[in-house]
Formats: sequence, structure tokens, C-alpha cells
Amino acid sequence: MATLIKGRCVVSESPLSPDDKVVRLEPTDDPASISLEGVTRVEVSFPKFGDGRGYSIARLLRSRHGYRGELRAVGHITRDLLFFMESCGFDAFELREGEDARAALAAFEDFSESYQASVARPQPLFRRRGA
Amino acid sequence: MYLYDEIDQRLVDERVAQFRDQTRRFLAGQLSEEEFRALRLRNGLYIQRYAPMLRIAIPYGLLSAKQLRKLAAIARKYDRSYGHFSTRQNLQLNWPRLEQAPEILAELATVQMHAIQTSGNSFRNVTTDYFAGVARDEIVDSFVWCEILRQWSTFHPEFSYLPRKFKIAVNGAEADRAAVEVHDIGLHAVKKDNETGFKVLVGGGLGRTPMVGFAIREFLPWPHLLTYLEAILRVYNRYGRRDNIHKARIKILVKERGPEKFRDEVEAEWAHLKDGPATLIQEEVARVEGRFTRPRYESGTDHVFDEKTWSVPGFASWHKRNVHPHKVPGYAAVTLSLKKTGVPPGDVTSDQMDAIAALAERYSSGELRVSHEQNLVLADVRQGDLAALWRKARALGLATPNVGLLTNIIACPGGDFCALANAKSIPVAQAIQERFDDLDYLHEIGELDLNISGCINACGQHHIGHIGILGVDKHGEEWYQVEIGGNQAPAALGKIIGPAFARADVPGVIEHLIDCYLERRDSEAERFVDVVHRIGIEPFKERVYGNAHQRALRSQRESAFA
Repeated sequence: MATLIKGRCVVSESPLSPDDKVVRLEPTDDPASISLEGVTRVEVSFPKFGDGRGYSIARLLRSRHGYRGELRAVGHITRDLLFFMESCGFDAFELREGEDARAALAAFEDFSESYQASVARPQPLFRRRGA
Repeated sequence: MYLYDEIDQRLVDERVAQFRDQTRRFLAGQLSEEEFRALRLRNGLYIQRYAPMLRIAIPYGLLSAKQLRKLAAIARKYDRSYGHFSTRQNLQLNWPRLEQAPEILAELATVQMHAIQTSGNSFRNVTTDYFAGVARDEIVDSFVWCEILRQWSTFHPEFSYLPRKFKIAVNGAEADRAAVEVHDIGLHAVKKDNETGFKVLVGGGLGRTPMVGFAIREFLPWPHLLTYLEAILRVYNRYGRRDNIHKARIKILVKERGPEKFRDEVEAEWAHLKDGPATLIQEEVARVEGRFTRPRYESGTDHVFDEKTWSVPGFASWHKRNVHPHKVPGYAAVTLSLKKTGVPPGDVTSDQMDAIAALAERYSSGELRVSHEQNLVLADVRQGDLAALWRKARALGLATPNVGLLTNIIACPGGDFCALANAKSIPVAQAIQERFDDLDYLHEIGELDLNISGCINACGQHHIGHIGILGVDKHGEEWYQVEIGGNQAPAALGKIIGPAFARADVPGVIEHLIDCYLERRDSEAERFVDVVHRIGIEPFKERVYGNAHQRALRSQRESAFA
């Protein structure tokens, strides 16, 4: 069973309650076209290691469509991607088979800064330097 | 030089640690070939025909003497004591060991260098005019904008896994010396009513499907630069093709959508981003500008050489070809030619690198620029020092007076090194250089860009050479296709003159083309490419293959024996 990281902790999957509503987006799906009403978890699929469409989907869900619930990256997820994914607004990650969960947690700290504005850092570095 | 601040340095150091761990995991079998491939490529590490190749970033081609000495030392310690300057203004090492790559990156980080995103499907090194900051036709100092873009494009969380590589070029002068029309995004500085902005071109590129970019915006005020690029990149990241590597560049998306529809999509996306947090502020531009070291110029007037200096054999022709005007009176920019006959274009040894670093310190501002023509430029030479510099450069084999001439050949590493190549390019370049080794003749032919690519990926930018040579594979044999009429700026793509040639025939074909040109030009001022554009390719074709009747006869003969 794949390891799940949520809020930077390794957790086991809890069963869905009747109030939970899960939506899954493939890379070609348009986040503008789905209803987020009552949705508690959005899963964004990364079918391949190098498929970068999900990063834009996450960013749009968080920044443009106001989604605040769980945003989970699923598919080919290794620790090497976690820093960018979290920056784009993901807060849950289903690691691919065989990934060392504890080592993966350290990957959130791969970089201590970003130049760009993102979901994790709404202001770019150049607007935070003076502050 | 832009000097790192604490955060710039920290990010590069953190990248070294990350890659060290990734290499360790790969060697321990915890990362698959495919996963490690994507990770090593974004640290510039290829697995080539005979060995790995490490592509070291030289952001916008600007390099300090200290950094060049470090490159010399790295090439000595981890490689075979030489490096290759590429058309993307980077340096490639051809024989490093994979296990040592993290160590090399750690050494680079000690002099504020790295190999971040020099390959892979992400933003590549932003390139620019190698006369930035010193050109007489300057509009803005493009280095400042390149550095702003370097930071924005480094580890961009949303755009680190694009459909394909992404190349941005910035030109800050009237004349385009950065080939902005043949980049995924080209930015050309514009001043309008005293406001600085950029003309934004998108969808240009060479490779398999060469295309000239279209102007998505004639004038974009500078504060909007990053938000506008984010809008373009978001459209590309979401809709660029990922099913076919040959159709994944942004130019294909622009072509499939049509420029107008593509522009509408970008503008719709930009409407959300415009005036948002990524909008640039004056303080940031001033901060970046302030971190660049600047040469201290002495005011003076342009130096006049005496008759004696001019009459020293070789000096006048070197001055004519390799010395360039400078915006400060009394100074000049000088090209050190890495195109000596017998040396692969762009190759430089560790000993030469050390000597060049010393020249940069002695005769210029301690900085160098790598030109996309694979030469090195000393940008701030006192005119009174030119004669002394020339003597020293000549002793080092770096004063071949061929800048802008036929033997200043731009070539990719080709089949001698590259796993993608169909054919070798270096021996072809050498054979042509040998054939045209007579300097008087070379100067008589005048300005001519000759570019060679070993395969359709066009690293040698053959499409925009006045003469372009492309290595092709015919039933397992190396053949060479010849194009003429390409031009860097204004961009023009060359036209293929006809069937490909065997390697041994290429210099002879070039000779035919040159003979035809010399007969047809109306004056010495009319360059080869001007003649091709005026009279078309037919007279050149005829010279090489015979007239239409002869060609038809030969083709009949060949099919009879086929």
C-alpha cells in the first residue's frame, strides 16, 4: 500500500465518511469546469514523473477557485517532487511504491527559499526582502 | 558580474546537497533510470556516446576571471583538461564521471556557479547580446533583465516540468545580437515615450521545425514582464503537447492554435495575473542592478594608432575583424577567437582558460563574455592596450582575425561526442577551415556565417547560418545537406539547395557556392547572404549540381542504375 503524507506527517488512510466528497482530476481536466461545492478532497493525477500539468491545476484551484480542502497529489510521486508540489498548494501526497516515507519528509526542506510567488509563498522573494 | 547575495548562494548550495542525495540513491538502486534521468538532466548531466557530459551554466554568458580559473581547474581535475563553449553560452565537459558530478557541482558553487536547468524540460539559460552594457546602440543593459529572469526561472515551482525545454533570449540594443526571433520567447527592449518595455515574441525556434516567433505584444511595460511570462507559460504548461517529443515545443502549440487564438488565451490568463504580486517593482530592478560590479572607466578619447602599429603584419586585419566599438570613448570590446584552424570550434584547454583569465584581468575588467558564436569577448579594453593584447592573444592562438568570416564556424559537438548526432560536425568544420585558410581570400569573401549541426536538433543553428550544413543519416552513412540564405537577425531560415553530399565533398561544395557569390555580387559591400536573397538559390544550385537539364540527365542515369 502506498504511503500517504498529509500536513507533512506520514498517516494511514482513514475511511471515507458519508460527508466526504472526492473529485479526481486528470492532467487534461480543467479545474474551472468542475463544481467544488461540498468537495472535501481533490486528487490530482500525475501519471508520469515528468508530467507537469498538475502543478498548474493545483495553483489554479488554490489561487483562482478558492479551494481550501485537501489537495492530494497521486500517481508517480517521489520525494524529489514534494517541494514544488507543496509550493503549488498540495497538502497531501500519495508516494509511489517503495518510497522511503521518513526520508521523503525531509524533502520538504530541500530548499529554504523560493524566488517566485506561489501558493505557499503568496509574495515573491523580491517583495519580502525589504520586510 | 552579478554577485550572489546570501539567499542566491544558499539555494545553489541546497541544490548541490539535493543532487548529491539523488546520485547516491541512483547508485544504490533506489531511483530508476527514468527518474534519475529527469533529475540529472536538470543538473546538466547527460549520458553521452562515450561518457557523461556535464553542461555548466554560464548565465547570459557572463563570467569572471576567477570563475574561468575554476573551470580550468575542474577540467583538469575531473576531465581531460579542456572544455567546449556551446552556442547557448554554456561550457560543456565531455569526459566527467557520473559519481563525481556532485563534487564538481560543489566546487562550482564555491565561485557562484552551477549546472541548474542546463538541460531537461525546464527553463534553460537565458541568453543575450554579448556586447550588453558596452554597446553603442544600447537601449537597456540586458544583463539586469537576464538576472531578474534567471531568478524567476530558477526552481519555478509551477513550471519545472514543462512539456519540453524552454529558451528565453533578451536583447537590449537596437541591433538584435541575441537572435530573439528564434527562441521560445524573445524579448526585445523598446523605449516608448521614455518608458522602458519589451516587444515580446513567442513561438520561434530552430530544431526539426524551424520557425520565426510572432510578436504577441509590441510593447509590454517592464513591471508586467513576469506576470506576462507566467501567463504564456501557464497556457503552454497546460496545453503544450506531451504525447510527442517532436511536437512539444511552444512553437507547435502556437502553430496549432494559430497566433491570434494563442494570444487571446494568454491575454485571458494574464487578466487574472496582471498587477498581482509578481508585478515587478523599481526597488527590485535597482537592487539587482546594484549587485552588478561595474568597470571603472577613465574618461578619454578614441585612440589613434600610429602608422607603425598599423603596418605590423596582421594587426590591421585583426583590428578590423576582432575589435568592436564601445560606448565609452577610448575603449573597445575584443573577441578572442576560438576558431583557429585545426581546433574544434569553441574548444579551449585549461591552460588557455588560465591565460585568458589573466588577459581579462590585465586588459579588461576581469570579466569575460561567451558569445553564442562560441568565442570569448573581453568587453572593456583600453584602446591604447589593443596592440599589446593582440600580441599576447596571438601567442596563445586566440587572435585568428576571422570574426564574422567563413572560418568562424559555429558547430555542435556532433557525432564525435553526442549520442543524438547523425553525423560528425567537427571534422567537417576542420576540412572547411583548412580549405579556406588563406586569410586574404577569407577577408575578400567578407562577412559570412557558416553553421554546422550534426543532426536535426540544430544545436549548431544551421537554419540561421548564411550557409548551413546539416548532418543526415542515409542508410547508416553520414551525409551532409546544405542550406543557404539563413540569417540570424532579421531572422531568415535557409533553403536546402538539393541532395546531400559525402563528407569529403563538402569543402568543394562550399567553394562552388563562394565562387558563384563572388561572380554575382555587385560590390564588396554586398554580402553572400544578400546575394542569395537578391538572386535566389537557383544560380547556386546550378553551380553545385549543374543546370536543370544536367540534373535531369543525372537523375535519369541514377534511377537507371538504382
